[in-house]
Amino acid sequence: MEANIIVNNQTPKKKSVELFQFFYKYGTMITIGVLILIFSFVNPSFIQSDNVINILRSISIVTIIAIGITISLTVDGFDLSVGSVASLSNAIVISMFVWFSQNTFIAIISAITASLLVGTFNSFMIVKLRIPDMLMTLATMFIIQGIALTYTKGATVSQNMVMPDGTMATGMISPHFAKIGAVPWIIIIMAAAVLLVHIFLTYTKHGRYMYVIGGNKEAARLSGIPVNKYKVVAYLLSALFASIGGIVLASRVMTAEINSGAPYLMDAVAAAFIGLSVLGAGKPNAFGTFIGAVLIGILQNGLVMMSVPYYAMDIVKGSVLAFALAITYYKQK
Amino acid sequence: MQTKLEMKNISIEFSGVKALNGVHFSMESGTIHALIGANGAGKSTLMKVLSGAYNHYSGEIRLGGQTVMIRTPKHAQDAGIQMVYQEVDTALIPYLTVAENIMLLDTIHNMGKKQWIKWGEIHKRATEILKSMNINLSTRKLVSELTLAEKQMVLIARAISNQCKFLILDEPTAPLSHMETKELFRIVRDLKEKGVGIIFISHRLPEIFEICEEITIMRNGELVVKEKVPDTTPNQVVEHMLGQKLEEQFPARETVVGNTVLEVKGLSDSNKLKDLHIYVRAGEVVGIAGLVGAGKTELCKALFGVEKWSAGKVLLKGNKIKIKNPFDAVKKGIALVPEERRKEGILVNESVATNLTTAHLKEFTKGFSILDRRKEKAVAKQWIHSLGIKTPSEETKVENLSGGNQQKVAIGKWLVADADLYIFDEPTKGVDVGAKRDIFELIAQLVRSGKAVLYASSELSEIMGITDRVYVLYDGKSVKELETKNTNEEELLYYSTGGR
Repeated sequence: MEANIIVNNQTPKKKSVELFQFFYKYGTMITIGVLILIFSFVNPSFIQSDNVINILRSISIVTIIAIGITISLTVDGFDLSVGSVASLSNAIVISMFVWFSQNTFIAIISAITASLLVGTFNSFMIVKLRIPDMLMTLATMFIIQGIALTYTKGATVSQNMVMPDGTMATGMISPHFAKIGAVPWIIIIMAAAVLLVHIFLTYTKHGRYMYVIGGNKEAARLSGIPVNKYKVVAYLLSALFASIGGIVLASRVMTAEINSGAPYLMDAVAAAFIGLSVLGAGKPNAFGTFIGAVLIGILQNGLVMMSVPYYAMDIVKGSVLAFALAITYYKQK
Repeated sequence: MQTKLEMKNISIEFSGVKALNGVHFSMESGTIHALIGANGAGKSTLMKVLSGAYNHYSGEIRLGGQTVMIRTPKHAQDAGIQMVYQEVDTALIPYLTVAENIMLLDTIHNMGKKQWIKWGEIHKRATEILKSMNINLSTRKLVSELTLAEKQMVLIARAISNQCKFLILDEPTAPLSHMETKELFRIVRDLKEKGVGIIFISHRLPEIFEICEEITIMRNGELVVKEKVPDTTPNQVVEHMLGQKLEEQFPARETVVGNTVLEVKGLSDSNKLKDLHIYVRAGEVVGIAGLVGAGKTELCKALFGVEKWSAGKVLLKGNKIKIKNPFDAVKKGIALVPEERRKEGILVNESVATNLTTAHLKEFTKGFSILDRRKEKAVAKQWIHSLGIKTPSEETKVENLSGGNQQKVAIGKWLVADADLYIFDEPTKGVDVGAKRDIFELIAQLVRSGKAVLYASSELSEIMGITDRVYVLYDGKSVKELETKNTNEEELLYYSTGGR
C-alpha cells in the first residue's frame, strides 16, 4: 500500500529503463526492419514485389486465425481449439462441393455454422461449468480434430476422389470459390479482418468491455457488465475467424487434408503473443497480432531463401516466441 | 532483560520518489509500541525495511546496541524480527494444514541436511505453540477452512515458532470482529509478558489507547513524534497525523426525506440472510451496522444481484422488480461500491478515465457503439476535479494512486453513471483520515441531490456520524431498527453483539 507512490513529478529515470521501454515498444518493428535488411542483402529478390506479395499471402491464414485467438485473449481467455476448427471448416467446405455438389454460398454457410456450434460448446462449458479456458479448449481441440477426421473418414477430400464405395466423387469446386484463396482476395480478406477487429476492440464500447473483463473480471461484473455474454461473444468470434481461416485455406489448396488447420495453431498463438508488446500496447490487440504474423512470415520466407531446411523452422519460430514472451513478462515485473 | 531496537536515519526511494526520509525509530522488547500515520505516511514501508523486504535502503539498524545487517527476510528472522502482514492470505499456503503452515519457516531454514519430514514432530511442536498461546485449533485442519481471525493466529504462531524478539503486526484488527479483537489482544499481551516487543500498526485510535504503551507517529515518510501513550490524546494524535487541526469529520446536513426508493420484503439467501425487511427513502442515508460476519456484505451483494436469493421480493420506487445479476441492478439504477476495492471495484491496470466511465459507457458512444474518446476525457477531467482525485492526469493508471484516491475512483464510477440508490460497503476501509472526510462529503452531496444511500460499516463511529437511520444486523437477521439521533455507539454495539 505504501509502495504505491504517486509519480507526479517526472524525475529522470535510469537510462537502462528507458532503453528497455524503447525496445519493448519498438523491438518487434525494429527486428522486422533488421531482418528485411539482412535478407535483402543476402538475396536481393527478397524485397521484390513478387516476394512481398508472396509473404503477405503466406501469412494471411495465420493472421486470420490469430485474430480469433486475440479476441479470446482480450477477455482473459485462450482458445486452443482454433486449429481444429479450421480443419473442420476446411473439410466441410470442400466436402460440400465435392460430395454434395452444393454452391459456394451453402458450402461457406455450412462451415461457419459448424464452427459457431463449436464456439457455443466452448463458451457453454467455460461460462456455465467454469472450466478454465485453456483446459476446456484443449479438450475441444481433441474432440473437433476427431470429428473432422471421422467426417472425412481419415481421408483427404478432393475433386474426383474415390469414394468408399468405389465410385468417383462427381461434385466440382466452384471457380468463384477458388478466387478467395488467390491474390489479391486472400490479402484483402486478411486486411479487412485486422482492420475490423482493430476498430471493434479499440473504438467500440464492446471492445472496451472485453478489455475491462480481461483486466478484472470481478470488477467488470460489479460494474454491471454482462461478463458471461461477452465471454460467449469472444468464443463465438474466435471460432468464426478460425472458420474463415479454414475456408480461405480450403480455397487456397482446393483439398481438405487431414488436420490441415493444426499447423496454424502454434503460429497463430505465437503471432498473438508477439503482438502483446507491439507499440507498447501491453494487451492483446489486432494490429500487434498482424505485426507478429509479419515477423513470423518474414523469418520463414527469408530463411527458406537462405536454404534453411523446413524442418529446422520450428526452432526459429519457437525461439522468437520465447523471446517475445520474455520481453512481455519481464516488463510486467 | 530488555533489548533495545533502533532504526537510525532510514531512507528509501522508489523510482525517484522518497518514501522514507531519515526516519529514526526505537523501542524496547517487552513493550507494545504503536506505529501510526495516514495512508502513504510510510509506516508499512518502514516495517518492510525492518523485516528485510527491501535491500536498497540507507541507514542503520541496531539490536541491543549491536549493528545488524537486515537486507533479506532471512536476516530479519535470524535477528528475531517477524512480521505478520495485513493480507494474511499472501503468507499462507491454503492447501496445507495448520501445522505445516506454522512450522513452515522451520522446515525451510532449520532442516539442514535432513531430507525427511517428521510428521509427528511437526504436529507435536505446532500443538505446543498453539497451546502456549492458549488457542484451541486442530493442527490437522487445512488453512483454507479457517476464518480470517484463525489465519492470523496461525501467522502469529508461525512468527513465535522461531525465537521471536520483535513482532510486527500490520493492521491486525482491520478484518476482525470485536470478540476476535479481544482474543488477539489477549495473545498480544501474553507475548509482551514473555518479553516480545510488539509493533502495532493500526488506523483505529481506541485500540491503540487500549493496548499500547508508546506511540510513534509518521507523516509523509518522516517521523513526526514519539511519545508515551498516557501523555497524549486521540485528538492530538490525529493532529500529528494530518499535520493540521482536526476539523469536523462528518459534514453537517439537513435531511429532507422523499419517497421510498427501495423496499425489501423478507429477503433470505441460502446461507446467511434471514427474512430481512428494509426500506430506504430518497434523501436519507440508511446505515447497516453489525460485526464482521453479521451479513452486511452479503446483504449489499444480494441487493446488487451478485448473490442469489432464496426468498423475498424487492420494490424499487413502488414497482416490483427482479434483480438477477449486477447488469440488471445497474440498468434499474442501483450502484454498489464494494468492500474489496482492488479485487472488485477498480481496474488497476486501466486509466482513471477508463475506470470512471466503465459503468456508464453507453453515454460515451456514438453510432454503432463507437467510443467518443474526447467526451470521455473531458468528463473524466471534470470528475477528477469535482471529486478531488489526486492524479497527474486522467490517463494515469489507477494502480499508481493511493488507497484513498482509488476509492474515490471506485465511487466516482457510479456518480458518472448516475444511479438512484447507492450502496456503500465499508467504503473507508484502508482510507486515510483526509480522504475519509472527502468520501463523507460525497455521500452528503448524494443525499442532498435526492439520492438514496445504504451505508454498511462495522465502524460504529461512522454509522453514528453519517446515517439517519440504522438497521443492526446480527447473524444475518435484522435485529433492530434505530433512529441515529436517538441512539449511541453503546446501544448499537449492544444489538450488534446479539443483545435484545
